[in-house]
Amino acid sequence: MSASLVPAPAPVRRPRGLASRVWSVTAVPLVVTVLSVLVGAAIIVFSELLVPGHPFDLGLPLVAYSALLSGALGNPDAIVSTLVYSTPLVFGGLAVGFGFKAGLFNIGAQGQFLVGALGAVMAGVALADAPAPIAIPLAALAGIIAGGIWGFIPGFLKAVSGAHEVVSTIMLNYVAVQLLAALVSGPLKVPRSPSPVTFDVGNAAFPVILGRNGHLGIALALLAAIFVWWLLYRTTWGFEVRAVGANPDAARYAGMRPKLITIATMTFSGALAGLAGTSVLLGVTHSMTSSFGTTVGFDSIAVALLARSNPLVILPAALLFGGMRAGAGLMQIKAQIPVELVDVLQATILLFLVASPVLRRVLRMGRRRAGPTGVDTVAASMGGEAVVV
Amino acid sequence: MDIGPLVNGLYGIPVLGLLFQAVGYLVAVLPPNSTSIMSQATPLALAALCGVLCERSGIVNIGIEGTMLASAFTAWVVGVALNPMFQAAPSDLFGITIPLVIALIAALGVALLISALHAWLSISLRADQIISGTIINIAAFGVTGYLDQLISKTSPAGAGEFTRFTPPDALTNLPGVGWIVSMFLNQGPIAMSAIVLIVGAQVWLFRSRWGLRTRAVGEHPRAAETVGIDVIRLRYRNVMVGGMLAGLGGAFLSIEATNSFQLGMTNGRGFIALAAMIMGRWTPLGAFASALLFATFLQLGQLINIAPPGGDLGSIMSAVPAQLFDALPYILTIVILAGVVGRSIPPAADGQPYERESAT
Amino acid sequence: MTVQTGPSLAPALEMRGITKRYPGVVANDGISLEVHPGEIHALLGENGAGKTTLMNVLYGLARPDEGEILLNGQPVRIAGPSDAIARGINMVHQHFMLVPVLSVADNILLGEETMANRVFLDRKEAHRRIVELGRRFGFEIDPEAKVGSLSVGWQQRVEILKALYRNARILVLDEPTAVLTPQETEEIFAVLRRLAAEGHSIVFISHKLYEVLEIADRITVIRRGRVVGERLPAETNEDDLAELMVGREVQLTVDRGTSHPGEPVLRVAGLQAKDDRGHLAVRGVDLEVRAGEIVGIAGVAGNGQDEFVEAIIGLRRPTAGTVTLAGTDVTGRSPRDINEAAVAYVPADRHRFGLITAFSLADNLVLTSYYRRPYARGMLRDGDAIQRDAVSAIERFDIRTPSATVTAGTLSGGNQQKAIVAREFDRDLKLLVLDQPTRGLDVGSIEFIHRQVIAKRDAGTAVLLVSAELDEVLEMSDRIGVMYAGQIVAIIDGRTADKNEVGLLMATGGAERGGATPGEARP
Repeated sequence: MSASLVPAPAPVRRPRGLASRVWSVTAVPLVVTVLSVLVGAAIIVFSELLVPGHPFDLGLPLVAYSALLSGALGNPDAIVSTLVYSTPLVFGGLAVGFGFKAGLFNIGAQGQFLVGALGAVMAGVALADAPAPIAIPLAALAGIIAGGIWGFIPGFLKAVSGAHEVVSTIMLNYVAVQLLAALVSGPLKVPRSPSPVTFDVGNAAFPVILGRNGHLGIALALLAAIFVWWLLYRTTWGFEVRAVGANPDAARYAGMRPKLITIATMTFSGALAGLAGTSVLLGVTHSMTSSFGTTVGFDSIAVALLARSNPLVILPAALLFGGMRAGAGLMQIKAQIPVELVDVLQATILLFLVASPVLRRVLRMGRRRAGPTGVDTVAASMGGEAVVV
Repeated sequence: MDIGPLVNGLYGIPVLGLLFQAVGYLVAVLPPNSTSIMSQATPLALAALCGVLCERSGIVNIGIEGTMLASAFTAWVVGVALNPMFQAAPSDLFGITIPLVIALIAALGVALLISALHAWLSISLRADQIISGTIINIAAFGVTGYLDQLISKTSPAGAGEFTRFTPPDALTNLPGVGWIVSMFLNQGPIAMSAIVLIVGAQVWLFRSRWGLRTRAVGEHPRAAETVGIDVIRLRYRNVMVGGMLAGLGGAFLSIEATNSFQLGMTNGRGFIALAAMIMGRWTPLGAFASALLFATFLQLGQLINIAPPGGDLGSIMSAVPAQLFDALPYILTIVILAGVVGRSIPPAADGQPYERESAT
Repeated sequence: MTVQTGPSLAPALEMRGITKRYPGVVANDGISLEVHPGEIHALLGENGAGKTTLMNVLYGLARPDEGEILLNGQPVRIAGPSDAIARGINMVHQHFMLVPVLSVADNILLGEETMANRVFLDRKEAHRRIVELGRRFGFEIDPEAKVGSLSVGWQQRVEILKALYRNARILVLDEPTAVLTPQETEEIFAVLRRLAAEGHSIVFISHKLYEVLEIADRITVIRRGRVVGERLPAETNEDDLAELMVGREVQLTVDRGTSHPGEPVLRVAGLQAKDDRGHLAVRGVDLEVRAGEIVGIAGVAGNGQDEFVEAIIGLRRPTAGTVTLAGTDVTGRSPRDINEAAVAYVPADRHRFGLITAFSLADNLVLTSYYRRPYARGMLRDGDAIQRDAVSAIERFDIRTPSATVTAGTLSGGNQQKAIVAREFDRDLKLLVLDQPTRGLDVGSIEFIHRQVIAKRDAGTAVLLVSAELDEVLEMSDRIGVMYAGQIVAIIDGRTADKNEVGLLMATGGAERGGATPGEARP
């Protein structure tokens, strides 16, 4: 069956014009987005049928989408709001994407996010009266370290015992929720407050650098994306991470230590996700309640998948989902559609994305490699190293 | 012989006495609650069985959680929608009503569709199976959350629920073994069918033709193909049947264990089930035993809150925050995964995409 | 080129004008083949000539673009493996299609299950039939043994039993002796002759000339998808067949010249190591390799060679013993340390240890040196330096590729191996370790690599060559070590080594044992 046929001539590559190259990179995400928008519209119409009591309006999707758009981009405040929502998604997407590059599935971004926020709030409260240039970096650092610990645990377990990180990170998500509840209604709770809430972080809060509430985290997110890109593609460390993700055996022969890299990657990934939680806490809420927690966990996975784990592409992907979250509130007000529609849209985008080989065939793109060669998995193109263009 | 003083003496030993107290507590509290433990174990066991079926065929199914959630929601929604239309009283046996039956079928149908999707993505498109499963989970959470919000606006009434069968007292009051009778017979229809399905699956996997073919496909699909087995079709079939099992587990949550739906009510069971599957060495009976173990811990978590142990053990435990006990099943899963997985060998072709040799 | 056939019956199998195209290549071009009942017909050709494709067509795994297949004179369309099996065509594949964790009986039953009723298997009946079949063809088999625990020779027998259980009339064996010792080969040949005597037709695919000459009744030679000759064994010899196979006069062996060995470079003493399952695979090996000599390790696959090599290279931790390199103890050191001590490694499984197929060719060429100057300063990589040296290596080692940035996975097997050679050979080496370096390669690549190895030897490198191809070992080695059950049981001078002697050592380890005859062979 190993039909290594008499050496075939090397595949001829036609020189590609710029337009052609741009198209081949953006075509699938564009088509996926368009299809998802259409499916979303269908769902909105269908929802009207489910909930009686309103006049049936075929144009409701338009109302909903325009509200979504204007809530996301309609005015400077909205744009800043989009940036604020996107910030944790950048960190989270980088976290998940970095893990993918090493062949690790960090589904624990949600838990690392929460633990990172916990670390930040504990340090922030302790430093609330310290001068800001000291309080802010230290509180952020605490959040990063806390998230890193939460990432270290599954990484260590995987390296030492082989426990698959998918299940262990998800379990830690649930544990993080309990940990948060225990701390916020216990030692961290403001005494005599009717509901569990911690103190405010005071001077440790991120300063506003843009608009009304655009905080420092936005700039940090941008820097983080560039840093992670540089790390992955310009340094030997990044080379090792990608090598272990692509072929741990060859990596071992090359002198790398896959177990160490697994631990380091999960820790770094956890730290990034922890930074996501830190940015929300220090930048937006400034204290924590027992219901602190957003959709960042799943959103991060979606961002990483959409961006195929490319750190620079994660920026626009995060903006897309962040914008949707930012605009959802207005959509709910104007069109009576629950904000959870964004979850549905996100799921639709992901489903179409995973089915993209079918889309490619329909669009007649991407010539399949000739002959009976190795199997191309979508995972390889979702964040591994296989060249797609 | 009166063992009371002996027991007290054992309890009184410093440090070691705590161990005896713990054992004593368990012995006292578990058998009477065996029925609830079995109920807790049912969705886990069904989900784990789904995992076994899929992975024995070579497909990793991380989306069991999402499948269960979607089925739970579907069963509830259909029940809610149909109840006003059918006013018949619930039958004596298991409290069966027509809406409930239809709800169950709908739940299974949804599970079938979802697993068909996972099968299509994993088998035909050869997508990474973990990513495919994760996306299914995200989709299930998103869609059920959205629809739940929509439907809650209409303030629906309940969906109804299957009730337990009550075995005769003469059996359940048997000394020593009465609790076993109660455990297996004092259950609703889905729980009882779970036990049957598990035993059936065990026999099927190791003694039937399709079980043999399944195991071959999961270990060495190329070998199976060369003897004429349609690997693709077999995988599709098994994944879809497995999905229905998970759907059964999900339906159990919303129309048998309770009569409601909450967002995310599966609470990680779909993942705990994977640990149970690994611990059970990818066999149906093993998975069931592991599910019982996990269920015991889940139950203990609740019991400790309701009926805490006395004595030294009790005072120590009350010092621990309640959330720790809630977190216990998840921590246990991690511990078991770390301790057991290294030594467990999954089917050799598990998770690897397969390309048919035969060109057209 | 007419060939006189035996009795004038319709051929059991006839393939007429079979053409099969894949994108970019014509795998079979108008091939015609005739096999008579009771005939052992050899299909000879080098790797990539199209033999496997032709058999895939026969077995229903591929649909021919042109041509037809006739069974007993009747044209048939074979829809797939089950159809082929139903028609009495059975294939024993080069890489065994056996499930290691299942028993012999379960493997044989699979796809052709003997049922007790609609649901349950009838294992008892199956066991009975299997034992009986085995006896009929000269061996005792335990149906309940797990296939994974059987030796390769016995797995081969199980594969043949699989075919017989299905009432095969036509048996196709694809490189059946690739992993057998000469003695096991003789045993299998005896089984095949008995099968032929009972009227079965056998198609014997091989690239081993001497075997083909020994077992076949008729030989068809294929080259680049076409039939280039048919011979009777009595009318031909190895040189003639080799020339047909390759299309030109072939130097069957590279002249390795004389070696001038110097000081010992590699010293292995009492080395022990475990395999992946925790069993002791290397059981105390003592070996010395001197500078400027090639030591070849012959042995049936699975006697600890891979583990031995990995222990030397640092990929596997020895449990006892020492490895000394030019006087320095390197036992248990990391692969990088050993690599930096001027040791090169060409692995058996190039996709596993040799290359990262998802990375570019350039990155693969610096896989063992990416962290050093000039390819990196500290942790910053220098892409230009990497690219520059890659282009140079491509040229010097004749790697056929459009550029240095293509993904390594798109290269052919021969070019991938050349890339590994380029990376590993491109410096002064103290020790060169090669494991199955020419497996699956075309003749041109094989020649190239052999020449490179000899050049390295002549430049003073110590070479350790592990190969399951006895011919390669005999051709290349100045000294030959035979590995059996985790130990080196003999070391022989390469100039005087006798093939049968080596083969016997490979099979028995040199112990005085009653050789297993076909009538009494047991697992």
